[in-house]
Amino acid sequence: MSLSLTSGGTSARQPSSISALSAATERTRRPMVTGTSVLGIRYADGVMIAADTLCSYGSMAKYKDARRLVSVNAKTLVGGGGEYSDFQAVTELLKRNALEDRCTADSLYAEEEGEEGCAREVWNYLRVVMYNRRNKMNPLWNDLVVAGFSSGGDPFLGYVDKIGTTYEDTFIATGFGSYLALPLMREKYRPDLEEGEARALLEDCMRVLFYRDCRALNKIQIAKVTKEDGVLISDPYEIETDWSSAGFMTPKGELDGDGGW
Amino acid sequence: MFRNQYDTDVTVWSPEGRLLQVEYAMESVKQGSACIGLRSSTHAVLGALKRSVSELSSHQKKLLEIDDHIGVGIAGLTADARTIAKWMRNECLNHKYVYGAPIVSGRLVTDLADRHQRTTQTYVRRPYGVGLLVASCDENGPHLYQTCPSGNVYEYYATAIGSRSQSGRTYLEKIYEGLAEMGRDELIMNAVRALAGCVSGDGELTTENGSVSIVGKGENFTIIEGMELKPYLDRLELEGGNNAAEEEEVTEEEESSGDDDVEAMET
Repeated sequence: MSLSLTSGGTSARQPSSISALSAATERTRRPMVTGTSVLGIRYADGVMIAADTLCSYGSMAKYKDARRLVSVNAKTLVGGGGEYSDFQAVTELLKRNALEDRCTADSLYAEEEGEEGCAREVWNYLRVVMYNRRNKMNPLWNDLVVAGFSSGGDPFLGYVDKIGTTYEDTFIATGFGSYLALPLMREKYRPDLEEGEARALLEDCMRVLFYRDCRALNKIQIAKVTKEDGVLISDPYEIETDWSSAGFMTPKGELDGDGGW
Repeated sequence: MFRNQYDTDVTVWSPEGRLLQVEYAMESVKQGSACIGLRSSTHAVLGALKRSVSELSSHQKKLLEIDDHIGVGIAGLTADARTIAKWMRNECLNHKYVYGAPIVSGRLVTDLADRHQRTTQTYVRRPYGVGLLVASCDENGPHLYQTCPSGNVYEYYATAIGSRSQSGRTYLEKIYEGLAEMGRDELIMNAVRALAGCVSGDGELTTENGSVSIVGKGENFTIIEGMELKPYLDRLELEGGNNAAEEEEVTEEEESSGDDDVEAMET
C-alpha cells in the first residue's frame, strides 16, 4: 500500500517550537488553481463522465485546455474538480499503483494477465487517502468522481470529496453541477439510456453550467468506460450555446422587479 | 553437512556461492511434519499431519486461517509460522479496509516472499525457519503457493513439504493430471491418501493427528479435523490404504503406506 500522499501535514521532524509556524504554511487552506464541476452517469453500455477543460486562477480563466478526466487503469476513469495540483498528485499516485499491480501480477492462470483494475477498489482507496488527509487538517482539495467497471463486471460510479465523504449512485455531479445539473439528470435519467442519449444529457447539463457557473467553460471533454472498448476519453470540443433567450437579452432595468426570480 | 567456515552469519557467502544459513533454515522445514496441498479448478485443499510432543499433550495445529479466502499449512518452526500468520492476517484486514475487497492472494504471497528475503540480507536477523503452503481462492479461481525461508515462492498445482513428504509428492505426481476436473470430495480424499503416505512407520492417520482444509469458489476457508475427518478416514480404510506403498522414498525410516499396513507393523 503506498499512501504516500497521506503523509502531508505531519511536521514530526521539526522541533515543536517551529512546528506551529511552519505547519501553518504546510497546510492547504484554500485552493489556487481550480476546476469546477464533474458530471457522471451510468447508461446502457457502461459509465460516462464529463468535465470542462478550464482551470481558473481565482476569477481568471487561466488554463483553458486542462485535462480533468484521467484514465487510471484499464477499467477506471477519475474526474476531478477543485485544486488542480492535488488532482494531479492523486492521479499520479493512482497510475503508479496501477503500474505496480501490472508489474507484480503473475499467475498460473494465463487469463489473469491483462486483467487489471477495479473501479470500486480505486474509489475505496481514495476514500482512505482523502479521509486521512482530512484528519491531519491538510486536505487534498478535490471533489473526485470515479467511473468504470468493478472486478465483478458491474458498472460503477462513485464520488469522493476532500473530507473523505463517499457515495455511489447511478448519476453524480460535483460542485455547481450538484445544484444545476442534478435536477436535470434526475428528470431525464433512465437506466437504459443509449450512448447518444447519455451524451446529449451530459452536454445539456454542461451547457446549463456554462450559462450559470462563472467558473465554467464551453469547451468540454466526455469520457466513457464500456465492457468492449474499455476506457475512452474524447478530445476537448466546444458545445454550442445560445444567448438569445429573453432572460439573457432583456436588460434587467427594463424588467419588473430587480431581475431576480 | 559440516561447512563450518562460512555458515556463522546469514550475510556470509560460501565459496560455492551459497548462503549456508538460509539452507540450514530450509533444513528446519524438512524436519517439520508433513503438509500437502493440491488444487482443482474450483477448490484448493491442504492436508497436515499434526505432531504431539507426548501422549499427554495436544497435537500441534498446522493449518491456520488467514482470511475468508486464504489459509496456510505450516512445516517447521511453529513460532515463526505464527508470526508470519499474524502479519498475513493483518495485511488482509488492512487491504479489506483500504480497498473494500479481499486481497489478491498472489500479491500477499509476493509481499511475504519479500519479507523472507529481507531476513536473508541483514546482519541482525535470521531467516524464518518455516515453509508455508498457502491455499486461496480469488475471482480467477483457487491457488496454491509454497514459500520457503529463502524467499522463493512458487505456485503449484500440487505439492508436499516436511518430513517424509517425498511419498506425498510421488503420489501427487501420479494423480495431478486429473486434478483440474476433480470434484470437491475426491480432492479431499486424494489429500488424505497423500497424507497417509507421509505417516511414520509405526503410526497411522487418525482423527487426532490428521487435519484437512478446503477453500474454493463459494466456499470460505474451512478446516476439517477431529470427528469431521472420520468419514474420509473410513473411506481410506475401506480402500485398503493408498498407492504410496509401492513407491521408493528417500528417508532412512521405513515408509508407512496406509492404515492396513500400519496395523501389521504394530507389533
